[in-house]
Amino acid sequence: MTKRISDLELPGAMRGIAESPNSAVASTEECLRAIETQNPIINAFLSVDTEGALAQAKRIDEAAAAGSARGALAGVPIGIKDVLTVEGMPATAGSKILEGYRPPYTATAVRKLIDAGAVILGKINCDEFAMGSSNENSAYGPVRNPHDTDRVPGGSSGGSAAAVAAGMAVATLGTDTGGSIRQPASFCGVVGVLPTYGRVSRYGLIAFASSLDRVGPFAVSVHDAALVLGTIAGYDPLDATSSLRPVPDYTEGIDKGVAGMRLGVPSEYFGKGLDPEVQSAVESTIERLRAAGAEIVPISLPHTRYAVPTYYVIATAEASSNLARFDGVRYGYRAPEAKTLAEMYRLSREGGFGAEVKRRILLGTYVLSAGYYDAYYKKAQQVRRLLTDDFLAAFKNVDAILTPTAPTPAFKIGEKADDPMAMYLADIYTVTASLAGICGISVPCGNSHEGLPIGLQILGNHFAESTVFRVAQAVESLEK
Amino acid sequence: MSNSGDGVAVEDVRRIAELSHLQLNPQEEAGMLRDLNAILGYVAQLNELDTSAIAPMAQVAEILDLEGVVEAHLREDKAGSCLERSSVMISAPDSDGIFFKVPKVIER
Repeated sequence: MTKRISDLELPGAMRGIAESPNSAVASTEECLRAIETQNPIINAFLSVDTEGALAQAKRIDEAAAAGSARGALAGVPIGIKDVLTVEGMPATAGSKILEGYRPPYTATAVRKLIDAGAVILGKINCDEFAMGSSNENSAYGPVRNPHDTDRVPGGSSGGSAAAVAAGMAVATLGTDTGGSIRQPASFCGVVGVLPTYGRVSRYGLIAFASSLDRVGPFAVSVHDAALVLGTIAGYDPLDATSSLRPVPDYTEGIDKGVAGMRLGVPSEYFGKGLDPEVQSAVESTIERLRAAGAEIVPISLPHTRYAVPTYYVIATAEASSNLARFDGVRYGYRAPEAKTLAEMYRLSREGGFGAEVKRRILLGTYVLSAGYYDAYYKKAQQVRRLLTDDFLAAFKNVDAILTPTAPTPAFKIGEKADDPMAMYLADIYTVTASLAGICGISVPCGNSHEGLPIGLQILGNHFAESTVFRVAQAVESLEK
Repeated sequence: MSNSGDGVAVEDVRRIAELSHLQLNPQEEAGMLRDLNAILGYVAQLNELDTSAIAPMAQVAEILDLEGVVEAHLREDKAGSCLERSSVMISAPDSDGIFFKVPKVIER
């Protein structure tokens, strides 16, 4: 039976950090109750660490009572996408091949949350190895959108977006390789941040496409998202691509408004395939930003239409290499009947991987194979530079760029499941920033006539997160 | 590969499955053949662009280096602490506690 968010009982629904109970135990219990009632329907959490979460919450409250300094996220209950490792908790990556695996180490982003006093609730459902745009590719069943349970929450971090939207967590971590934070944030009506490549350590992230993978937060408000990003960002010697740049306080100046800012609107993001309701919600938000004092600048990002094909060559090539490590030797599923080593590799991977993962491994292997490398992989890397140059040129002229996050609101479960190309086109507005390494955010900017959330994407130059948060905060204030 | 430029043939699917250590049943083979051809047909539009003078971009840090900020850096080449062997071996499907055990490697 279809359920909508208004039908769900949400004790802590959409309650941000500032409005949460002052007691960590009370906050955590509120989220655990929401998980108990909502998760059987939404299927966002794959594992919940009730005991560990309550014990951590108790420690936080005791430390506060003893007068210790509170961390930036003291007592905030947070859920973790199941592609990030947390010592002692399962890490499935949404795949059967990692069923039962408990990694012996904790991802740096999660470690930083714990050090700041956050309470880790458990691990959250996603598309298998973060490959998908609807969360239908999970080996543990699809996640349902809390705004309409017949619809997808987006993907691949669909569970992370749905958990926040349904009040099961005050914030969550997701990952974004081609849009996997921004698109589900748009579909579920929450805030989702794509940090600049190198801003947040990838240590402990089960790799999909290493030159594109990023870790970022979901939250109910821009301010909360800025607080969580400020906590998880920063240099990590365990990730050679993490940046040495100091991390600013992203909440500072967030309320300054958009007066005097130059905001670019690229014509390429408002063409064929854009749902009229999405277009009208985004355009009316842009008009309100203009009224609030921003200068709206029409711009062009001429190579935009080549982004999806470029992305699907580069991401699958890297995935085919990264996923070679799942072979039944060191962890995860091993086919019991295999007689030889080669047979063990083959049968373990055959039995452990789902259809979309196999499709991407095969495509990636093909584009890297002898005779095709130059035609596909090298070609895509060259177009990647053109796409990046488009953005670098644009940011000489504007402070941030405004686009729809996704071409449509959340679609129905099953609607695109048999058509990989149709599914890939759900990423049409998000893969560009992924390839260029720039930062961005999706912030709610309205609803369709059916009550489905619509997201505005705000893109900023490399390490311009503060600018992006400032514009997003202005949008959020206009929506209230 | 046997491909003559007119798309992927079923032999290509079998060959890349072999390279990827994947085993496909005939039904999966047919599905993958259809999907790979659809996706690669879409990818072919990249050929509309003349990229002969464009250097490939493998990762983002090189762009930031061009902007004058050196992002690439390697840590000091010094041994640090690592995970306890027992905490790792406990996840192995088959192990004697020191080594990973696997089926026979050489058939004869």
